[in-house]
Amino acid sequence: MTDASMDNPPPARARSLRQADANTRRRNAAEKRFRAYGMVAILTGLFFLTVLFVSIIRSGAPAFTRTVVNVEFTLTQDQMDAAESELFKTKAYSNLFIAALQGKLEERGMSVEFDEAAIERLLGKVGGTLRAHYKEFPDDVGKPVPFELAASSRVDGYYKGRVNRETLQDSRFLQLSDLDLVDALEEAQIIKQAFSWTFITGADSGVDNPGGAGIGAAVVGSFFMMLVVLVLSLPIGVAASIYLEEFAPQNRFTDLIEVNISNLAAVPSIVFGILGLAVFIQFMHLPQSAPLVGGLVLSLMTLPTIIISTRASLKAVPPSIRDAALGVGASKMQAVFHHVLPLAAPGILTGTIIGLAQALGETAPLLLIGMVGFVARGYPDGFVAGFTEPNSAMPAQIYTWAARADASFYEKAWGGIIILLAFLLTMNIIAIILRRRFERRW
Amino acid sequence: MSFVKLTASTLAIAAVSATAAAARDQVQVAGSSTVLPYASIVAEVFGENTDFPTPVVESGGSSAGLKRFCEGVGENTIDVANASRQIREKEIKACAEAGVTDIIEVRIGYDGIVFASQQSGPEFSAFEPSDIYNAIGAQVMKDGALVENSFNSWAEFNADLPDAEIAMFIPGTKHGTREVFEDKVLLKGCEATGAMQAMLDGGMDEDAAEDACLDVRQDGKSVDIDGDYTETLARIDANTNGIGVFGLAFYENNTDKLKVATMSDVAPSTETISTGEYPVSRPLFFYVKKAHIGVIPGLQEYAQFFVADEIAGPSGPLANYGLVADPELAKTQEAVANATTMGSGS
Repeated sequence: MTDASMDNPPPARARSLRQADANTRRRNAAEKRFRAYGMVAILTGLFFLTVLFVSIIRSGAPAFTRTVVNVEFTLTQDQMDAAESELFKTKAYSNLFIAALQGKLEERGMSVEFDEAAIERLLGKVGGTLRAHYKEFPDDVGKPVPFELAASSRVDGYYKGRVNRETLQDSRFLQLSDLDLVDALEEAQIIKQAFSWTFITGADSGVDNPGGAGIGAAVVGSFFMMLVVLVLSLPIGVAASIYLEEFAPQNRFTDLIEVNISNLAAVPSIVFGILGLAVFIQFMHLPQSAPLVGGLVLSLMTLPTIIISTRASLKAVPPSIRDAALGVGASKMQAVFHHVLPLAAPGILTGTIIGLAQALGETAPLLLIGMVGFVARGYPDGFVAGFTEPNSAMPAQIYTWAARADASFYEKAWGGIIILLAFLLTMNIIAIILRRRFERRW
Repeated sequence: MSFVKLTASTLAIAAVSATAAAARDQVQVAGSSTVLPYASIVAEVFGENTDFPTPVVESGGSSAGLKRFCEGVGENTIDVANASRQIREKEIKACAEAGVTDIIEVRIGYDGIVFASQQSGPEFSAFEPSDIYNAIGAQVMKDGALVENSFNSWAEFNADLPDAEIAMFIPGTKHGTREVFEDKVLLKGCEATGAMQAMLDGGMDEDAAEDACLDVRQDGKSVDIDGDYTETLARIDANTNGIGVFGLAFYENNTDKLKVATMSDVAPSTETISTGEYPVSRPLFFYVKKAHIGVIPGLQEYAQFFVADEIAGPSGPLANYGLVADPELAKTQEAVANATTMGSGS
């Protein structure tokens, strides 16, 4: 070969290699153009990502603060007994609180006029919080206790710019004169804006109580669902793909299975919801609205994704690894589990995380198994109850809030998206850490 | 292989817990999305004020809720169905076939349906059913003849209305609200404008004419909203000339963005609706399975709590949110306390 090239030397160049001729310039320009296209594509992507993040954070950030009323309140035993004897106990508590606050304000001598109804309009639903406090700490009865209670959603909107004096129309929710009282109370440092732990740790609340609504219970619901999905779909998915990839004979039957798995990955999620309703609830009599059923349904949805990505990463392990293991006398199973699987682990983890992330954001199948609505009303008591007690999930909770009439729930829906993204980010970080550890061990 | 052990034990726990959870201790409710806000208020307060767990309230629509209600008796079926209309004969029959024979009907109050437009939009302040029919009916009277609707502006058929393009956002056919809108507005308007008479004269029989009256134009001037009121609100926000159909409670929660129009010269409010002056309103219901009372803890207490004066009365939290209290609440309370089922002396 070397001789042949010596016999036919390439045509001599007319100019130095350092000087680009027309052809080279054209090729260089084409490459530059291509790079520019790439940059434009990335920048466009980044631009939309920024727009998305900015709008999410701008709309969602107000959900993390709330307007509170800071007052010291003393409840006597007689008052408590009287309130407890009524049917609508929390209303009685709330009336006692309003009366106490009114007395306090009159004592201070506020510059603006107000009445009991005005105070009631300013306060959110405080009765539930008060009763829960005295139920939990019965010793506090008779002692002055400092309370930080949510203001009504209109007052909250006044602080956040949703309600302003120009567009406000007097209604039973808020009147223009009430805003003067709010300003006066702010000066007296009774009303103020505070960080809302309730939003992060609380449970869903009724539509007339946006100040008490939180996403915490729904986060727990999502967590238990993800646990079910992980525990079911990871082992089953990995086992299925190892068998299909490494052991199964190539025949019509396995071809059929392969085609079906690919098809399943593309089935709309609502179909799995109907399946879940028919099989898990109506046939197997599992409880409705339970994260266990939600997790089972989402596992079905996630399995194909995990199987496909696991098979892809098993395929990506070079055959020389298998051959070498088999060559030194390892059995097929030893070769797979000692050598191929650890090498494929990072890819499997990535596929699992993609599958879980998909499942985390899914609402449609949950609609049919009763997890959308007014469901997330409290934390489950205990680990087992976490699977079986009715609960919602984050995307379902966001969907529910977005549909409510009060604008402050809309803001909470955006806040919920931030929490959902944070949850997703945590999941991804855990996966990255695990992936690193797996890589080192091998 | 601790991972395998963990997996196995978690699965075992899940399996055990699934069987343990068969005994349900909370009330399960599903149905109308119009009743959902009220039911969620009651559910929260019920959980706070009693020792029973907070009921689970799902939405999904009146028909879907009643369908699930009629699936049968047992712990894995719902106890209460919310509905923004009365249960139909057909549904009662379906219920009976599945073994749900004793149903308690509870009327909780009334809901008004209002017509609202953008706060800063054209001066839409007074409507008659005939205006709405002229705006969106499929066939209308024009110069004394029944023709395909070609009106572009409100002023073309009523000089008192602004010269603004017609753009109405009405509830889609899956909503219970649509039925009320058709009965109380479109049909009335059809009769008032003479379109109905023209159809009858044209050789249609009464049923066909009524159906034709409910047809809305398909040229984009009237848009069906299949989502909820938040979607209608978003459409109004984006269209100065838009007029939307809302529930009274939703409108009252968004008075800073919306202004409401009178219907037949009556402004919608809880007062005018409870007296029946405001023409477009409907009763709201929930239905209780009698067979579940005594089996599901708190079911009867929930129903009684719902209709108590303190809750559903004129000064209760439901009325404060926008429900129009039922003047005959006492009768309902009695029926719930005695667990009087439908068809047995009511």
